[in-house]
Amino acid sequence: MDASQKKQLAIAATKIRMAAIEGTFHAKSGHPGGSLSASDALAYLYFAKMNVDPQNPSCPTRDRFVLSKGHAAPAYYGALAHKGFFSVEEMKVLRHVGAMLQGHPDMKGTPGVDMSTGSLGQGVSAAVGMALAAKLDNADYRVYSILGDGEIEEGQVWEAAMFASHKKLDNLCILVDNNNLQIDGTLEEVNSPYPIPEKFAAFGFAVEEIDGHDFDQLEAALARAEATKGKPYAIVMKTVKGKGVSFMENQVGWHGVAPNAEQYAAAMAELEETLKQLEA
Amino acid sequence: MADVKKIATREGYGEALIELADVYDNLLVMDADLAGATKTGMFKKAHPERFFNAGIAEGNMMSVAAGLAASGKLVFASSFAMFAAGRAFEQIRNSIAYPGLNVKIGATHAGISVGEDGASHQCCEDIALMRVIPGMTIINPADYYEAKKAVYAAAKMDGPVYMRFGRLAVPTVFDDDYQFEIGKANVLTEGNDVTIIATGLMVNEALIAQEQLKSEGIAARVINMATIKPIDRDAVIAAAKETGVIVTAEEHSIIGGLGSAVAEVVAETVPVPVIRVGVEDVFGRSGPAVELLKVFGLSAENIVAKAKAAVALKK
Repeated sequence: MDASQKKQLAIAATKIRMAAIEGTFHAKSGHPGGSLSASDALAYLYFAKMNVDPQNPSCPTRDRFVLSKGHAAPAYYGALAHKGFFSVEEMKVLRHVGAMLQGHPDMKGTPGVDMSTGSLGQGVSAAVGMALAAKLDNADYRVYSILGDGEIEEGQVWEAAMFASHKKLDNLCILVDNNNLQIDGTLEEVNSPYPIPEKFAAFGFAVEEIDGHDFDQLEAALARAEATKGKPYAIVMKTVKGKGVSFMENQVGWHGVAPNAEQYAAAMAELEETLKQLEA
Repeated sequence: MADVKKIATREGYGEALIELADVYDNLLVMDADLAGATKTGMFKKAHPERFFNAGIAEGNMMSVAAGLAASGKLVFASSFAMFAAGRAFEQIRNSIAYPGLNVKIGATHAGISVGEDGASHQCCEDIALMRVIPGMTIINPADYYEAKKAVYAAAKMDGPVYMRFGRLAVPTVFDDDYQFEIGKANVLTEGNDVTIIATGLMVNEALIAQEQLKSEGIAARVINMATIKPIDRDAVIAAAKETGVIVTAEEHSIIGGLGSAVAEVVAETVPVPVIRVGVEDVFGRSGPAVELLKVFGLSAENIVAKAKAAVALKK
């Protein structure tokens, strides 16, 4: 990846982060921490990887994306908005009565959303179903799904993993957002799913662990995923919860709390500064 | 009635799936390691490339079915009622019904008539569970013929459908010429003293009860309510107006099922007494199905007793 593309992706990721902060602030609720940790992966997928067309959101040959950790919707919506699926202004009414953008992704009401999610563990199964459908139709689109690291405590994730590898769904790539924090504390404190790569490997996945904020690593891992035949692929992304907003980083308290006016201003100022430097 | 044909509704499910495979290119069938019992095994034999076994993982099966449906497939997902509506309730609610995806749930082995396997497998709560999900259509066929037609109708409509089938071979009520329509009740016998609204295998019991009541001078209207949701409000309201009392009969808990659905309509429109025949808020027990049905009051005798009690309320 050349420096220019990397800069463009960093700009996209920063804009996604700003949208997530904008959305959670105006909603007075939502999940900033896990939105910010997934923003770089979302930026890479939507601005460098996936074949999607905002003008034709339900094009049958498009790549599919399922946000299995549906609570990272603010970042997801940010990616979709900046990609052109809808106006970024929608972020200002996220979670409001009558607004399009629901607290968790709603495929029926939101262009670009391929699956309604929010109840943890279910999105990845739906992604598996989409990958199976592609195989049955001899279609060459790929299916991506981002899961939370706490989410993989759900048994259904492993039911889905078993099914995906049994059906040899090599068109499926899941990305685990391993920020190490869930609502009630660190993963180790709550109910450790570690070691994560070994578990997915035991379930028949090709697995690798990367820095989920490094676009070169994301690019290489996703290319390897695409080249892997006969089995699904899992990318365990080591990430920082709250990434990009210094006072939110690695703070479990920022899992599901919206910034107040002062925090919003501070977060936006920091992200605007980041953006300014990138655009300079 | 002596030489009436007896066949389980699940047989109609399996046969209809095979026939529908030729109608719908996008039709797929899933099961959770119960293909022999749910009769999807028949489909698997006929169309192995269109059958997917999720193994013993019903929750995943429902969400995978949702993903397939979101990609244009018409998916029939099957298990026992207990593990479909029960274990996978939330997947049906969130993965299938909330996005309104085109998944048909074929739930077999519903109710007490599972028999010897006992309470853990005797699901008498599934109608109640499915009924509260917005947009869910629920069909509980009375016999083999209605089961088959119901599967056809479910395939034809867009959106989630819960189809409830039984394990037990039960007498047929209809024949091949029967016309089934989702949301449409059928009046099987006319009468104005009392209405018996029945569903599933209780329809045949209701018809036996009607004969008995007739011999005692009580004219009972028997209505087959195969579609529990959306319920045929017009048929219920007409019954309330014209007969003044209603007895409901279902192989399901008296809480949340057909009896509740009928009572809700009646209470808000034409308030008349509604007496419910069903499983009386208890768990099942092991035993031969036919005996269990009597033990749990799922019988013509009980319907007759409740119908008489209902008629007495009119005085």
